[in-house]
Parts: sequence; C-alpha cells; structure tokens
Amino acid sequence: MNEIAPLEQFSEAPVVDACARAPVGLLAELTHRCPLQCPYCSNPLELERVNQELTTAEWQDVMRQAAELGILQIHLSGGEPTLRQDLEDIVEVAAKAGLYTNLITAGVTLTRDRLKRLKELGLDHVQLSIQDVDDANAERISHYKDGLSKKRELGKWVRELDMPLTINAPIHRHNIENLPNIIEFAVEMGAGRIEVANIQYYAWALKNRASLMPTRAQVLKSAEIVEEAKERLKGVMVFDFVVPDYYAKTPKPCMGGWGRGVMNVTPQGRVLPCHAAESIPGLEFDNVKDRRLADIWLHGQAFEKYRGTSWMKEPCKTCPRREIDFGGCRCQAMAFTGDATNTDPACKFSPHHAAFVAAAEQESAEATPPAFVYRRMGPAKKAAK
Amino acid sequence: METGAGAQRTRTMIVPESKPGLPPHIKLRHDAGRGRWHVLAPERVFEPDPIAIEILKRCDGATTVDQIANELAKEYNAPLQEILTDIISMLQELSDKGVVKA
Repeated sequence: MNEIAPLEQFSEAPVVDACARAPVGLLAELTHRCPLQCPYCSNPLELERVNQELTTAEWQDVMRQAAELGILQIHLSGGEPTLRQDLEDIVEVAAKAGLYTNLITAGVTLTRDRLKRLKELGLDHVQLSIQDVDDANAERISHYKDGLSKKRELGKWVRELDMPLTINAPIHRHNIENLPNIIEFAVEMGAGRIEVANIQYYAWALKNRASLMPTRAQVLKSAEIVEEAKERLKGVMVFDFVVPDYYAKTPKPCMGGWGRGVMNVTPQGRVLPCHAAESIPGLEFDNVKDRRLADIWLHGQAFEKYRGTSWMKEPCKTCPRREIDFGGCRCQAMAFTGDATNTDPACKFSPHHAAFVAAAEQESAEATPPAFVYRRMGPAKKAAK
Repeated sequence: METGAGAQRTRTMIVPESKPGLPPHIKLRHDAGRGRWHVLAPERVFEPDPIAIEILKRCDGATTVDQIANELAKEYNAPLQEILTDIISMLQELSDKGVVKA
C-alpha cells in the first residue's frame, strides 16, 4: 500500500448512506420569539407562543435522545434562541452528550458574559445572520433599530473569545447590489465561513416574494462576485452559495432528501422533516412529549410519507436524477402546484416550470416592489368553545 | 502554530516544515454507532478514509508534515517523496476548508 487516498474520498457525502438510517443534524427551534421582523423569516406564518414552548428539561431530553439516535450536530435556532434564558442549560447537556453545537443567532440580544459562558459550557460555533451592511437598510429590512452595531459588537466578542464564526447573509433584491460589501464585512468580522444564501421562498418569504425577488441578471452577477471572492479568499474564508431556485434548471436536493439526513423540532416539540413541512396537508406530526425521537424518525407518518422515491410520480419516477435531488422540495411543489407529490417547479421537467420562472421574472421586473409584510406574531386565537 | 478558532486573514501554505493541527472547533470523533470516524466542522460533517484518519490523528500542532510522512512511509513501506506530496496536497485542501491549521 503506497498510496495516500486523494481528497475525493475525504468526502462531504451525506453520512446517512452508510450509517443505518440516523439523521446527521437536528434543527432545534427553541423559540419563535424574535426581536427582528425580517420579511423572509423561515418560521411558519402561524408562530408558536411562549406558553407553548418546551421546558428546559424537555429540551435537555431532546438533546440526549438526539445523541442516542446518532445525530452528530445540533443547530440551536429560533426565532432568536438567546431569548431562552435556559440556553446555557440546553447547550451544556447537548455538549456533554457529545453533540456538535451550533448557535444560530441574530446577535442583538446576546451579552459578552453569556457568550463566554456558552463557550465554557461547550458551544462549538456561532452563526450570525446579517440583513445588510448598510445601517439604514438593515434597519428597514429587520424593522429593528441599530441591529448592525450590536452585530459588530458581537463579532468583536467572538474574536476576543477566539470562537469560530459564520456570517449568514440572506440575499434578495434589497441587498444583492451590496454583496461585495457584505463579503468584506464578513472578512473584517473574522468569519471563517460565509453563507451567501439567496432567499428560499417559503413561509414569510413566499408571502413577500414580490417584494424580495431579484432579477436574473442580478443573480448571475452575484454568482460571479461569489466566484471571484471565493478564489481571492481561498484559505481565508469558506463560501457556501445557496442559489435561488427560481432561476435554476434542476431543483435542489431539499434537506438532502426528505427524512434522510435532517430533522427539525419546533418550539412546542413537534418533529418535522423540514421547517416548512407544516404547510403540507395530510401529514401527521408527532411531538417529543408523546413519542421517542428515534421512533418518530424511523416510523413517524410525516417522515415516511415522502422518504425515498416510492411516492414519486412522473417525471420524477423514472428520472435518472431521482436519487440526486429527490424531486426537489415537497413544500415548494405544494405551494406552487397544489400537490406535494408533484415535481418541484424549479425543475425544468416540471409542467409548472415555465409559470414558476415567469413569476420570478415578472415580480423582479416591477420598478416599485410592494411593501414588506413584516414577520409578526398574529393576534392570540380565541379559545375554542 | 496558531491554535485558535479565529480565522486567519491570510492563506496558509502547507510545506514539509508545517506543524498541522486541528483548531478547537474541528473535532475528529469516533462514532461507535456507525463504526467510523467523522470530522465535525461548522455545518459540515466529513468522512475521512483510513489514510486520512492516520494523518489527522498525527496533526497535533507539534509534529511536522515531514515527520508524519516519514512515519507513514515506514509504516506502509511506501516511497517517502510520494507520500509527502500526497500529504501536503491533502492538508492544503483541508487548510483551505478551515479544517486544519498550520
């Protein structure tokens, strides 16, 4: 044996292929509360309330069960996860259970002391979202005053505490022209990684699609900017580029395939195959309060429904890409075509593809986009009689 | 050798004298359930092959690339120069991905 295997074999392929059927990651939406009101929020339109949220002990149990199930990484998200005053208690248990812990935060409610404590308890990584690097525009998008200066402050603490940082930048027509400055901001903040994430149009983003959609020319330009920056910043900052699928030819393998690598737990403990899955009728979502996480993953109705390829119809059914993209996104198929078993309209083989592209082209061409519908908690529902 | 998690602002070039190590937020971990090793990184899970594992286990921030190559050349009875070239190319890619620091 005289060969060191090449890097292709050091692959980023989904671990699931070889490993029984355990998910790699769990997105824990600790709360839907958030001080920001970004119009592209991935939380559902119907936000869960604070009095419905899982208790500390319940979240800690989710962490232990996740580790037993074979999950490797926990993404602590929200809403704004730092609004949970027990975040430290949850992180501590997750880290002790051997999970890789990632905090996904807007960075406006965290203090230096809390961040330091989280690091001591085993927090592995911080992902900070930004709206724009222009103060006024960031304020307009998030409907939150002075957020950017708080994020800069957090960046300083992260550097001082020597923690790894990812900048997450959701991209849309109101900040896409500012992309070079957004990339520079991430470099200045000391980020080792940046996600240039074109908005995915579900939930609030779908509601605001006409306000947010960039033009095809803008998207192509942004891809060029990312390519150039990626080369220039090789070894300095890692890039993840999420392409906007309205201008794509093939769909993304949403969630790496339904029920294949990732699961999501909502603030009240409902377990979903993806964060938008509640938009699909006919799915039954189990709650961690009623059923073990492993059982839900393996046998839950919502997970089994679109797992694999047997649910597919044409053109997916006989498509050579069916195990590459798994027919794309079920929620997008549902939202745009009214049937979750249809091919994702982002796919050029979908009979709805032309209308899908036309919607983006038409909306992005409007000189004055409609005003944002900000992400807010709706009025409390009256108790059922 | 910089051990911190904070990202560097210049590209590190791996040479035989480099002393590669894993930053604290990159974890080489054995997964008993799946019977394999993983490298856990921000939003990423890598699956190193057996040779990559042997190299990564030796990335302690003190041992040089040259020393690692010598050890592995002996262990696998393989030509040193070839091994050295392969290790450097692997570690360069990992360094560019932020998985290895030197």
